[in-house]
Amino acid sequence: MKTWVYIDHFQGQELPASWEAVGVGKKFGLVTAIVFGSGVEPLAKKAFEYGADEVLLADDPALADFRPEAFASTLSSLVSSGTPDLILFPTTARGRDLAAMTAIDLNSGVIVDAVALDLEDGKVVATRPVFGGKLLAKMACSASPQIITLRGRAFPKPEHQPGRSGTLTKVPAKAEALTRVEGYAATEGGVSLTDAGIIVSGGRGVSNNPALTPPAGLDEKQAEIWRAQQGFKLIGELAAVLGGAMGASRAAVDAGYVPYAHQVGQTGKIVSPDLYIACGISGAIQHLAGMRSSKTIVAINKDAEAPIFQVARYGVVGDLFQIVPALTEAFKKRLGK
Amino acid sequence: MKIIVFVKQVPDSAAKVTAENGQAAWGEAPMVINPWDEYAVEAALQQKEAHGGTVTAISIGSENAKEALKHALAMGADDAILVSDPALKNLDTQAIARLLAAIVQKVGGVDMAFFGRQAIDGDSGLTPTQTARILGWPALTLAASIKVEGSTVTVERSFEEGRQIVSANLPAVFSLVKDFGEPRYPSFMGIRKASRAEIPTWTLADLGIAAPTPVVSWPTLINPPSREVKCEFITGASAQEIAEKLADKLIAEKVL
Amino acid sequence: MDFSLSQEHQMVQKMVRDFAQKEIAPVIKEHDRKQEPIPWAIKRMGELGILGICFPVRYGGQGMDYISLGLACEELEAVDTTLRVVMSVHTGLCGMTLLQWGTEEQKQKFLVPIARGEKIGAGAFTEPGMGSDVAAMQTTARREGDVYILNGEKMWISLASKADYALVTVKTDPQAARPSQALTSFIVDLHSPGVKTGDLHGKLGVRAGSTGWISFTDVRVPVENRIGEEGEGFKITMSAFDNGRYTVGAGATGLIRASLEASIRYAQERKTFGKPIAEYQLIQQKIARMAQNYEIARLLYLQVGWMKNQGLRSTLQTSYSKKFATEASFEAAHDAIQIHGAYGFSDEYDVERYLRNARGAIIYEGSSEIQTIIQAGYALGQRSDRPLRCELPAYDPDTWQE
Repeated sequence: MKTWVYIDHFQGQELPASWEAVGVGKKFGLVTAIVFGSGVEPLAKKAFEYGADEVLLADDPALADFRPEAFASTLSSLVSSGTPDLILFPTTARGRDLAAMTAIDLNSGVIVDAVALDLEDGKVVATRPVFGGKLLAKMACSASPQIITLRGRAFPKPEHQPGRSGTLTKVPAKAEALTRVEGYAATEGGVSLTDAGIIVSGGRGVSNNPALTPPAGLDEKQAEIWRAQQGFKLIGELAAVLGGAMGASRAAVDAGYVPYAHQVGQTGKIVSPDLYIACGISGAIQHLAGMRSSKTIVAINKDAEAPIFQVARYGVVGDLFQIVPALTEAFKKRLGK
Repeated sequence: MKIIVFVKQVPDSAAKVTAENGQAAWGEAPMVINPWDEYAVEAALQQKEAHGGTVTAISIGSENAKEALKHALAMGADDAILVSDPALKNLDTQAIARLLAAIVQKVGGVDMAFFGRQAIDGDSGLTPTQTARILGWPALTLAASIKVEGSTVTVERSFEEGRQIVSANLPAVFSLVKDFGEPRYPSFMGIRKASRAEIPTWTLADLGIAAPTPVVSWPTLINPPSREVKCEFITGASAQEIAEKLADKLIAEKVL
Repeated sequence: MDFSLSQEHQMVQKMVRDFAQKEIAPVIKEHDRKQEPIPWAIKRMGELGILGICFPVRYGGQGMDYISLGLACEELEAVDTTLRVVMSVHTGLCGMTLLQWGTEEQKQKFLVPIARGEKIGAGAFTEPGMGSDVAAMQTTARREGDVYILNGEKMWISLASKADYALVTVKTDPQAARPSQALTSFIVDLHSPGVKTGDLHGKLGVRAGSTGWISFTDVRVPVENRIGEEGEGFKITMSAFDNGRYTVGAGATGLIRASLEASIRYAQERKTFGKPIAEYQLIQQKIARMAQNYEIARLLYLQVGWMKNQGLRSTLQTSYSKKFATEASFEAAHDAIQIHGAYGFSDEYDVERYLRNARGAIIYEGSSEIQTIIQAGYALGQRSDRPLRCELPAYDPDTWQE
């Protein structure tokens, strides 16, 4: 089976899920990595080092910014002459867009966000969560090539083999696009939730620290948000010590404590880190749907009956305002920070 | 500004959904308008308020999809259309996109087509992009803000790394994320209008197309393997002691 | 006969439920604990049209029917009693009494801003020394030319310190042959000189609600603010109670539902001796009783809503609804606490608040004892409805929209 893997990146910085997809493709045979962008030849080299046998590189200033039409047309034009059996993408904003358009161009379908792939009668059968992770669906595509996006962190990252190389083929870009990229905003470093190996999340309970006195002159809502921000500072500090990302429940986002980008759950991000620490989160079904596939879950909550404890490996019934800073100190000591 | 917004009826997000005989079951839980589509309706109404024009809500589905349409009407949409045909079965996203594109053409003169970012049952989030590709319109998906000036639109798209600011010419397809603002409640006047509304039904014959062919099949659903976790409660005399114990356990389990 | 809710009713129900669940439920516990009203709640209910739900559009309302009012009360009190209390006094006691008894000018001047939620209304009948015994009323008004001079104090008045207007019933004729003929009602601007208001604290329940007192010291109220004629105050007050009690009965139904839903949730989650407590018959008994009482309470208030829509007097049916639902809501909350065990006794869970909130409604707007006397009076033929000079207008879907 010939597999193509789209290497998703932002301004040359690849998303780790791209390498996971290369690893998946290797299980089925030869892997061709698809690298589009401007000045992205280093990425092509990296693709070989993560296992790609061949790289199709479209390196063109017209591809400097991601525009789905241009990228999809470039990709589709290659398929007609190369015909892979399977095209894999990481499930990202760009991966979804590109997979969607390419499928239309190639008269095929897309299976999005797979967490497992199996080969049955020469066809790939994908397992993917639906209904916000409450159910799993086994899906297959009768058309060719099969187009599948893979959930980040659902597959192992292949070994990095420095110096490994393969066949690099330069291909032309199809630059026509219907959109113009004017710039970027709110692009911050830090670990994105979906890539994070460790997530520390806060819920509405994070605003309830009785020991705090808000500065004078705040109205009630402002005082509540001020309290919550102090609380989330503790959450963020623990996340920072662990090298992880900060998450939040929908209740905390809706109350205006933290931006939506941090929301974990059915209408936020679906995550599956190695370690998920839920602080002051009771565990509404929508939240559980978004994080229950995390490998180890730790819950800190003052209500011993909170549903979050039903999915937790370790539980602490207590005051998060004392436990979380103590945990930060304990890890600082142990991790030598 | 002629705006259409596509909506879908889904099981409530608080519903406990299980697989029974390979099918999804959610007991007595209510069906509601897909929460993401509610954001899309809100965004569409905001555009109408800013630039004038009309908002038409459209749904594909059986008779009960009218509930989602009535919700959109009660929020303030001007009219609604149900697309329903017995031949429309087991459609995958590309088949739905082909149908949606035909609907957009049939409505005619559309400037903006709004979608929620995804439906909370299928969770695909592909149809907005695919519909745009078929129509040859810009796909402005995951838009967190929309600014229209003349026939040019500028949106902020949500990427993993932040926002990409993109401009394009209308007509265009949009899918909306949550940053747009909480969807408004239906007004009582809207409720009255919606409950009395006669919603027209379009069939494939009305659209002048044959049922599009699905290629992705979705034969059975299964329950996720149950996680047999037994929660071990960490106790101690002080927060510090609890934290030390917990940190040791996590390090011993190599989860770090 | 048709027991189903119309699509319009269902949408009203969902809209009010969404508001209460999304905006009020997350913050109510803190406010109840602090004994402080949610500062923006009434304003928000006004913006959404809930405060004017059942008034004709030409009077600033939303043009829905009386059943919609009941459904809204059920949804609001399923989250917290304080919200339904606003409906009882602003919409029920004050607004609906203006709709029933007010002149066209009075409706334009007072009902329109109340229906729009621009002004807040209250009803002031009870006094420090008097509740159901109207003969003991001590607040007085005496006429001087084109004004009445009010003196006295009203107590246990919901929204006393928040309202702009209050429907006030006072004694105008101390010599009247029957105490019921001694009374006259006024709509009083609470910003008038001589009006003082204050809040009462230390209540058992409805702690996020505003309850207080209003005192009148030589308050000059223009004649055109008199509702009805001199001496009609008793009838007007009883009409006001018919409307207020309807909202109390409908609201208490919501409180039963809240206790029922909390109990079902908890009983299915909580395990003892290896199985969910929902599998034990003694728990099931309590849940069955709540479920049954919810159904009865709901049917009783919907019947009143239907009668109001038809323009029928419903004093007796309202009494059934109010007494049954308020008593059943207290019982339901009590059982819900029992089901929750020690957790039910703690304010980590909502059910203890339900119990505290349920208690007051067995007293206010006509205690259970008064309701019993009313019911006996009708049953024994000692009491019957005589036509009123002004009846609450029947709901008309067309003219309500004009």
